[in-house]
Amino acid sequence: MTIYLLAAFLLVLFSGYILGQSKARSIARTQGRLHSLPSYYGGYVAIWCGVPLVLLLLLWWVGEPVVLKSLVLDSFGERIQEMPPERLGMLYAEVRNTASGISGFQSSDPEVLEAAKAYQHYAQGSQWIQVAVFALVALGGLAFGWKRIRREFRARQSVERAFNIFLVLSSLIAVLTTVGIVCSLVFESIRFFELVPVHEFLFGLKWYPQIAIREDQAASAGAFGAIPVFGGTLLISFVALCVAGPIGLFSAIYFAEYADHRVRAVVKPALEILAGIPTVVYGFFAALTVAPLVREFGINLGFETSAQSALAAGLVMGVMIIPFVSSLSDDVINAVPQTLRDGSLAMGATQSETIKQVVLPAALPGIVGAFLLAISRAIGETMIVVMAAGLTAKLTLNPLENVTTVTVQMVVSLIGDQEFDDPKTLSAFALGLMLFCVTLMLNVIAVQVVKRYREKYD
Amino acid sequence: MTDPPPSNRRESNERVRRRYASERRFQWYGRLAMLLGVAVLAFLVLTVFSSGYSAFVRHQIGVEVFFDTDALGITAQSPVEELEQAEYLLLLRKNLFKMFPKIRKRRDRKQLLGLISSNSGGELRDLVVSNPAVLGTKQTVWVTSSSNVDQILKGNAPREIAEKSRLLGDKQLKWMDSLADEGRLRKKFNPYFFTRGDSRAPEMAGIWGAILGSFWALMVCLLLSFPLGVAAAIYLEEFAPKNRWSELIEVNINNLAAVPSIIFGLLGLAVFLNFFGVPRGTPLVGGMVLSLMTLPTIIIACRSALKAVPPSIREGAMGMGASPMQVVLHHVFPLALPGTLTGVIIGLARALGETAPLLMIGMFAFVVDLPGGLLDSATALPVQIYLWAESSERGYVELTAAGIMVILSFMVVMNSIAMYFRKRFERRW
Repeated sequence: MTIYLLAAFLLVLFSGYILGQSKARSIARTQGRLHSLPSYYGGYVAIWCGVPLVLLLLLWWVGEPVVLKSLVLDSFGERIQEMPPERLGMLYAEVRNTASGISGFQSSDPEVLEAAKAYQHYAQGSQWIQVAVFALVALGGLAFGWKRIRREFRARQSVERAFNIFLVLSSLIAVLTTVGIVCSLVFESIRFFELVPVHEFLFGLKWYPQIAIREDQAASAGAFGAIPVFGGTLLISFVALCVAGPIGLFSAIYFAEYADHRVRAVVKPALEILAGIPTVVYGFFAALTVAPLVREFGINLGFETSAQSALAAGLVMGVMIIPFVSSLSDDVINAVPQTLRDGSLAMGATQSETIKQVVLPAALPGIVGAFLLAISRAIGETMIVVMAAGLTAKLTLNPLENVTTVTVQMVVSLIGDQEFDDPKTLSAFALGLMLFCVTLMLNVIAVQVVKRYREKYD
Repeated sequence: MTDPPPSNRRESNERVRRRYASERRFQWYGRLAMLLGVAVLAFLVLTVFSSGYSAFVRHQIGVEVFFDTDALGITAQSPVEELEQAEYLLLLRKNLFKMFPKIRKRRDRKQLLGLISSNSGGELRDLVVSNPAVLGTKQTVWVTSSSNVDQILKGNAPREIAEKSRLLGDKQLKWMDSLADEGRLRKKFNPYFFTRGDSRAPEMAGIWGAILGSFWALMVCLLLSFPLGVAAAIYLEEFAPKNRWSELIEVNINNLAAVPSIIFGLLGLAVFLNFFGVPRGTPLVGGMVLSLMTLPTIIIACRSALKAVPPSIREGAMGMGASPMQVVLHHVFPLALPGTLTGVIIGLARALGETAPLLMIGMFAFVVDLPGGLLDSATALPVQIYLWAESSERGYVELTAAGIMVILSFMVVMNSIAMYFRKRFERRW
């Protein structure tokens, strides 16, 4: 169905274009030179066909369900007068399921059956009306655009103006996305904080998001203290940074200061592959290979080691963020002016002394920025921890225990049944809001740090 | 580093020696760090390949089947619907029991059935439907073995351990060996892996459904993010006045590129699913979410490609009387297209590997049927890998690794295309 609609839409556009162009050509033949090229007249007509259609389609998408619902529910008469809106929604869903016969659903209520028939009737009618209205609008737009074509009509300006509007609108998508992210996170979080007080979420030390099945169950209310969850995230990120920091920094130093051209050309892209590997692959690697190794190692040393230790997840996550540290540090080390190095070498320092005492201090802000970006990446990483870290929130500093992270809890609370009046589901949005704020802050700080440093030497 | 007095010559030499040793040590730290990174990469790839390659073959058991028309209740002339409805699994079981006449006990027979795949009735059905002439004849049919047999034969699961922790019982092993001795056990290429959707039986599960799901989602992603991203880049680079508003948009785009992917999943859940009512778990909504994530990549790539086009092109076109829009669309953008396409492909490759946002919008259902369009319930490649990785049965491990091999090869191909574009069409002015 959608394919046919799309084909019809394209056909209308194309015919509008052809008609406009041919009229422009014939005017040019009889009355002399046009103001714009013929193709602009074609484009003008096509825009007049297409834009109203698209707007109408959007209107239809929003409006049709509303109109249908009120029409169908009217048939219930008195019965729905004092119904709460949720019940009304359920009733309407029942009618729709009965009408479409999804998985053989059939209501026993005769009134619902009646309403389902009415629904089918209206839905079919609506489809016909839709086709008629759309055809009318398309033809109207075509006729309007076509009529306006004259010899002196400035078609190019009109088309360019329309295109310019399209360009502006698309550049707004990025802003809209951010607004959408912030709004959805904030609104759902507000709903969450109506159920769970803000201070309990921010400062609580217990995280038991389960739903009570029985009233008298232990911890039936659930507890939503985010501190252990964030503690777990920080622990794993810290382990990751302990891996990625030295490896990334030292390889960046080697690339920038020592490696000859060929080594750099081979090894640098190889390290960057690490950033391109899907995180689910790292998750598999962590869960299947690294976690058992860590566990065995820990037990051999006489420590109690969990099968889903923070260490395993952190190690693998560290591997993932090596390229972030190394390529960013490489950039900033390369940006240190050569004159500083030359000065130090001329004073008799060895190359490593130059690096340690001159280059690194000069590049330090940039390196700090790189580390911050890597941490923000580690905090927001999901799949590795979902597959390799634990589910129970524990406030601990021992990397051999299993901990949970913000992203794991978000996935856990949204996979499965979602009920948007249940704190468990809504907690994902509150955690998401925190995550968004933290990563945004880290990024802004990192960018500022790097920027300020760059200005110093430029 | 002051000059040492002559009397301290030896001390000075010693100090220089130490400094050079420290220099060499420092160099070795760098080499070691670099090698460690590469070694981990190699180890990762090796792990995946060594545990995944065996999924491309499967074991089959040759069962002597008499296609009894009475037992099946159909003939070669029956319409296809009747052919499809017949009880093939029952027939297969009967014939399998006939091959082991000594096994009489109910419990043993049940164990015997553990050698063949529980879905192998379907294989018989496909054989009959494609060639009804076999009805009434006796044939050797190669049916897929159960995952347990397969795993033990491939050596993925240990054989020489206590019966309790082994995948197959002692008796089952004995029967399996006797089948092997009779030449009724063979190893063949596993076509199911490349042609089927997910399955509850590891030996019947395939990656094709997930590939299709990813394909549809990436199509949506491409169709949305390419035009929008290019348009936004053109506006910001060529037309936008340099004021606070355009600066805000720019900062915004850079920040979006750094937002954790799972947040985009929340956005899709709250806005696309709950607010706009896009059907849940479909490639359509998956593609929409992925396109929001790809957009910053494309915008940034397209802008830098536009920036690289020298001003002389613009001035030349302007001098010939082109309008600003014509300058950009007819002259500047075509020259920036290769760079843009490189960015698009890299963005799509990244979108292909994204898992977390797809989990949020419900693309993690157990989907057996191959998705045929944008509104069919579907999974995507990385989500399928995740689902298999979470399954506890032994047979899914090799599937997970093989799925990873598939996704990695897609990414290698996409990135090579991007690199080819860059090399082939890159112009230095």
